Amino acid sequence: MESLNSLLNGFAVALTWQHVFLALMGCFLGTIIGALPGLGPSNGVAILIPLAFTLGLAPTAAMILLTSVYYGAMYGGRISSILLNIPGDEPALMTTLDGYPMAQQGRAGEALALSGVASFVGAFFATWGLVFLAPQLVKVALLFGPAEYFALFTLAFATLGGITSKNQAKAAFAAALGIVIAMVGVDGQTGVPRFTFGEVHLYDGIDFLVAIVGLFALSEVFLFLEHRGDGTGEGKQASVGIGRITPSWKLLKSCTPTMLRTSFIGFIAGVLPGAGASLGSFISYSIEKKLVDKEGTFGTGDPRGVAAPEAGNNAAAGGALVPMLALGVPGSGTTAVLLAMLLALNITPGPLLFISNPDVVWGLIAALFLGNFMLLAMNIPMVGMFVRVLLIPPRILMPIVAMISFVGIYGISGSTFDLMVMIVFGLMGWVLRKLDVPLVPVILGILLGNNMEDNLRRAMTISDGDWSILLSSPLAIGLWLVSIIGFVLPILLGGIIRRRMRRDEVGAVQD
Amino acid sequence: MSDRIFGGVGLLFALLFIWAAFHIELSFISDPVGPRTFPIIIAIVMAVSSLVIFIKPDVEPKWPQAARLLEIVIAAAVMVLYALALPVAGFLIATAVAAAFLTWRLGTQPLWAVVSGVLTSVGIYTVFHLILGLSLARGPFGF
Repeated sequence: MESLNSLLNGFAVALTWQHVFLALMGCFLGTIIGALPGLGPSNGVAILIPLAFTLGLAPTAAMILLTSVYYGAMYGGRISSILLNIPGDEPALMTTLDGYPMAQQGRAGEALALSGVASFVGAFFATWGLVFLAPQLVKVALLFGPAEYFALFTLAFATLGGITSKNQAKAAFAAALGIVIAMVGVDGQTGVPRFTFGEVHLYDGIDFLVAIVGLFALSEVFLFLEHRGDGTGEGKQASVGIGRITPSWKLLKSCTPTMLRTSFIGFIAGVLPGAGASLGSFISYSIEKKLVDKEGTFGTGDPRGVAAPEAGNNAAAGGALVPMLALGVPGSGTTAVLLAMLLALNITPGPLLFISNPDVVWGLIAALFLGNFMLLAMNIPMVGMFVRVLLIPPRILMPIVAMISFVGIYGISGSTFDLMVMIVFGLMGWVLRKLDVPLVPVILGILLGNNMEDNLRRAMTISDGDWSILLSSPLAIGLWLVSIIGFVLPILLGGIIRRRMRRDEVGAVQD
Repeated sequence: MSDRIFGGVGLLFALLFIWAAFHIELSFISDPVGPRTFPIIIAIVMAVSSLVIFIKPDVEPKWPQAARLLEIVIAAAVMVLYALALPVAGFLIATAVAAAFLTWRLGTQPLWAVVSGVLTSVGIYTVFHLILGLSLARGPFGF
């Protein structure tokens, strides 16, 4: 009941003209960002952060804008999956399997409408899950001391590669690289400069916003330059008719059990560390396939095959907000970027956020409910508008992305040095992507590295230099165990799961 | 091969980092851990993972051909020039030139690239400066 009361207060915060307008803008931009192939939710949110920051938005307003973009992108990703057979973002990959065949049969409108409803159902339930689960997690987190926090950060890094990770050594390298970058600058506890090489610009450390925009947005531009003319979306147009845009009651009814089940699965996948929306949609699809695909119609344009991954990935997106808000430890790329926004605004997420800034948290959650209804309205009757956005070719779009990145970073500091650092990060991001090194652990390392060190040193100050404090409570030992399992499991199981993901994909193409 | 080079470079970097960590000045007041320990722990993690990457390389990624690679380097150089030109030439001119160049290299016809560059620049200027009131770099002409 306490949660419901807080939520009501949240609505009081969210229902101002400014916040409603920002939510609307965010949903609109997010859908576009999600729909455009090559501009995923993490890229999209990354380029908008510096802008939200320089516009001087208040914390609640900025978070409402960006999480609306995040939710919107999750809705938007399906549009190009269904119409072009190109996933608009990674989580929308599974939607291509049945969405595109439906479009080829002239039922694109139906698929878009159904997936819109499924996205709504998934996100709606996940937001309720957030309302009830996050405060419970906060209660646990309040028991955390520095030693437990240190273990929790380790857990976040160990599991971030995720169950589908190809090479855990590379995930570990990426995390270490991020933390190393975070070490640059003056040490907070003793005031000595570290790894600055006498460069005054580096005394404040490397601004994580600069690193994030470079790694995500600029590296994307380089990637497009490399693949120019390979036909990534270029010239491929929605040649198929859209058909009727409203789903029939019969269709909705037949998909309802699927949507409810996959919302639940997706939410759990989102809350767990290292999973995120991509895995949420994958698990949802495969479980539904096992459960209801008696005639073998999945992969040939079965509406349930469209509803399952969409409800799954939107629910996972909501679920991923739980650890980010309650513990301050994000479990996915986009929530890591959202964390950057909070840190940039000098707000530390975690259990104290719920106590010291309840208006930010609950205003945000209330705004998510509003945003969901806005997105439903935008994504069903107005879906045609977004389809037209897909016609903008990447060769025009990518320079715009690059220029907006520059505008955002220049707006924060007005410093040419920061722009140079951003370009270096862009190139680095490109090389790392080529080498299959995941970028999310790098980002998380830059964001949480200092925090992690602080907690270690605080714990050691309490114990007066005795390292055994790190294993002194059952909670800490539990967290360490989970991190070890989370790191080792993908090495054992990752291959099997990845093979299965590939088989589903290939199977669908052959059908 | 790429992964072997990558692992080697990573290892070298980690060792350099440990060396640099040992040269962090210690201040006279310090906590039990001090400013050196944590960076060294992380660098060891980095060294070990680099070693694993070196010993067990993945499948070779598809690197672009030399010409395409040069293209990326040039694009990065243009971005650097853009960053340097911003405070000198002002936002509108610098952005129009840079955006036109990028879209040209991404495959737009030269004439259309100029049009698209100018439109991009004016569009961003209108939205972010005129409507949202963001301060952009000012050139000699005030825009």
